[in-house]
Amino acid sequence: MDVVDLSRLQFAVTALYHFLFVPLTLGLAVLLGIMETVYVATGRAIWRDLVKFWGVLFGINFAMGVATGITMEFQFGTNWAYYSHYVGDIFGAPLAIEGMMAFFLEATFVGLFFFGWNRMGKYAHLFCTWMVALGTNLSAIWILIANGWMQYPVGSTFNAETMRMEVTNFADVVFNPVAQAKFVHTISAGYVTGSIFVLAVSAYYLLRRRHVELAKRSLTVAACFGLIASLGAVVMGDESGYSMGKHQKMKVAAIEAEWDTQKAPASFTLIGLPSVKDRATHYKIEIPYMLGIIATRSLDQQVTGINDLEQQAKLRIKSGMIAYQALEKLKADRGNTALKATLDAHVADLGYALLLKRIRPDVANATPAEIAAAAASTIPNVPVLFWAFRIMVGLGFFFILLFGFSYWVTLNKQHESYRWYLWVALFSLPLPWISSELGWTVAEYGRQPWVIEGVLPTALGASSTTAGNVLFSLIGFFLFYSTLLVADLYLLAKYIRLGPEGALGHRVAAPAQLAAE
Amino acid sequence: MDYEILRLIWWALLGVLLIGIAVMDGFDYGTAILLPFVAKKDIERRIVINTVGPVWEGNQVWLILGAGAIFAAWPAIYAAAFSGFYLAMFLVLASLIFRPVGFKFRGKLADPRWRSFWDWALFVGGLVPALIFGVAFGNLFVGVPFGFDTDLRLHEDITLLSLLNPFALLAGLISVAMIVLHGATWLALKADDPIKSRAKKILPFAALAFFVLFTVGGWWVGRLDGLRIVSDVAANGPSNPLFKTVARIPGGWLQNYAQHPAFWLAPLLAYLGAAVATWAAAKGKALLGWIASALVPAGVIATAGLSLFPFMMPSSSNPDMSLTVWDASSSKLTLEIMLVCVIIFLPLILIYTSWAYKIMRGEVTESSITSDSNSNY
Repeated sequence: MDVVDLSRLQFAVTALYHFLFVPLTLGLAVLLGIMETVYVATGRAIWRDLVKFWGVLFGINFAMGVATGITMEFQFGTNWAYYSHYVGDIFGAPLAIEGMMAFFLEATFVGLFFFGWNRMGKYAHLFCTWMVALGTNLSAIWILIANGWMQYPVGSTFNAETMRMEVTNFADVVFNPVAQAKFVHTISAGYVTGSIFVLAVSAYYLLRRRHVELAKRSLTVAACFGLIASLGAVVMGDESGYSMGKHQKMKVAAIEAEWDTQKAPASFTLIGLPSVKDRATHYKIEIPYMLGIIATRSLDQQVTGINDLEQQAKLRIKSGMIAYQALEKLKADRGNTALKATLDAHVADLGYALLLKRIRPDVANATPAEIAAAAASTIPNVPVLFWAFRIMVGLGFFFILLFGFSYWVTLNKQHESYRWYLWVALFSLPLPWISSELGWTVAEYGRQPWVIEGVLPTALGASSTTAGNVLFSLIGFFLFYSTLLVADLYLLAKYIRLGPEGALGHRVAAPAQLAAE
Repeated sequence: MDYEILRLIWWALLGVLLIGIAVMDGFDYGTAILLPFVAKKDIERRIVINTVGPVWEGNQVWLILGAGAIFAAWPAIYAAAFSGFYLAMFLVLASLIFRPVGFKFRGKLADPRWRSFWDWALFVGGLVPALIFGVAFGNLFVGVPFGFDTDLRLHEDITLLSLLNPFALLAGLISVAMIVLHGATWLALKADDPIKSRAKKILPFAALAFFVLFTVGGWWVGRLDGLRIVSDVAANGPSNPLFKTVARIPGGWLQNYAQHPAFWLAPLLAYLGAAVATWAAAKGKALLGWIASALVPAGVIATAGLSLFPFMMPSSSNPDMSLTVWDASSSKLTLEIMLVCVIIFLPLILIYTSWAYKIMRGEVTESSITSDSNSNY
């Protein structure tokens, strides 16, 4: 493996680890805010103890989120130096704003959340809790604006003088439709994760008939919040599908394993066996019209298939080669306006010419066979995307059913009546993590071979460091994170088993003493 | 606003951020470095840890923001420094990762071996960043072997061992001394006896070490080769480090001080801070002592920045390709947008951070911890 492959592996490992903790932080922070609001509104001490108990688990998870997050902020520079140079003018800004607007808020108030219970009034503490929740959600906005730009690079242009992409319209970057859809989809997924965590742990207590009062209340909150969130996740996932259909046609075609362009409206392949070798999907079960509606919101527009997109890529590579040649000459002849005009005319395809760089360094002399190979490299891994997407969506619909039933159960105050339901809720615990990690895979692995769609191939983004260095850090992070994950899971399990009284070190207010202290 | 002025503002803001990291994250690091030396029993260690317990997370954001702001405003430096110092960065990250989990996990189990492990993890998490950030700064004066091809792809020949040269190690020790001093004034302010008096005993030694090391550093800088741009300076020009010519000047890093005597106020501030911190601690004026020790990193970072200006990351192998204020920044538009964000958010951050410190004011004592044992670390 070379520096690029190792750096990709390291990024995937560190991002997937980080993303084990982020969704739970997103969801639990809001759930804590809701529970504490109930406490302040009703004055019932049991709700305060509920917040404190879930807060202990939140804290253990939050620490891991922070620990694994530090690496992310530095990794673009350490492992993706050319990427950082090439797009830092645009990509760096949301990261810095995330620090100023979100991280400071979240990190300052999380200290007060844990340490401030006896140092301030009820309302002040409630304010702190909601500031933590606001901070985590704002952080999601800015990182997804950065990520959305990688998927759909709006508001920017290539500058030949500085050899990089530069921002031309920051509002376009912020209000990027891809970023907005991703933001709502991702935080909804986080809320689902938090809700299922609370749901599953509460179900465990109810099955054991321990901490019943606390568990029933937690289950109710999780059921209501989770139902809204799971509907939001699926609806906004669909919105993501629509914006992807407009801006990332190759990703949509790969997810659907749609090799040839179908007659509009395209049917949706529910399930099948995509074969890369045959460029066909065998044993298909299809739903007519469905894909056309999801991807184009119409019945008469086509969803372009992989083979046609590959042909379009060939044309863009050829056009990009013209831009590339002009740019090479322009480097030696900085003021030449004719060359500048040629570059400008083809600059939108410059990224496609860069795909050739991995095949031959002198891009301008590429043969038709090499151009065809570069065009073929624009096709992502179809079977992985096909299955990852289907499992994610399947889980999404399962979550709606689960929360729908949970809602019905809590509405009828039959929390303990259906033991099979409690078992299902308990065993659903790992599912939101599986769907989150698959969601990341669809979004980021599905973007390959691009690190910035259509602008910069991943292979060019890496640093000029040695494979030995990257291998060392990759193994280091992997071992380090895995050890911490074991400690994290051990502590979570221990504190869940201890329950609220063991975790808080004092008796939890009985439901009978309803009055506030 | 003029591109040149914007670049100057962002150069100064980078200094402000680095000072923010050294002052705010710095006393956490210093406290963690002192942890094994000022506290022996578990309850003593808990007191030390809980002095920073409620605030270290917010403090750490200065570092995160520092990285983010360099990325946004100085992408070329973010790319060159972070990838060039690859293994050093890995060491920093690995030790920083110890901190959140160290703080949070330590108190969750009572086993003494578990707690002792995290005590040392926190120690490493304080010492290694303090040392390596200093070493990195030192290497800027020595110069780092890097250059660019015409695509502005970086090529470098930097190894971990080459970063550990004598001057850089001295800079690392200066950093550790000032961070330990800053941690000691914090413990003198926030912990009760016996930790307070132990910290006060260590404090003058840290100040003295800083005095000696910083003075030696100043003398040594005068003997290093500095750089000067000898071609026309295009302060409004494109951010491309290939368009200038740079000459090596023996003792050149002191040129700015010769031209602008007012710059000497920066090292003076560092000395003054260390002296006042020592005096204030002896007189029992703990808050004044902490404020004074915060001036030390401010003075040191200003001293270094003013000495290197306009250079930000000098190259030893291709001096012409060194990264400077005039050719390593983001576009004008990005600098403008980021400046607006700073003007909006920095005051807000300072307001709620001050509020948080006000809420958590007062000494951390044995009884304050045991009275609410499960909420504290």
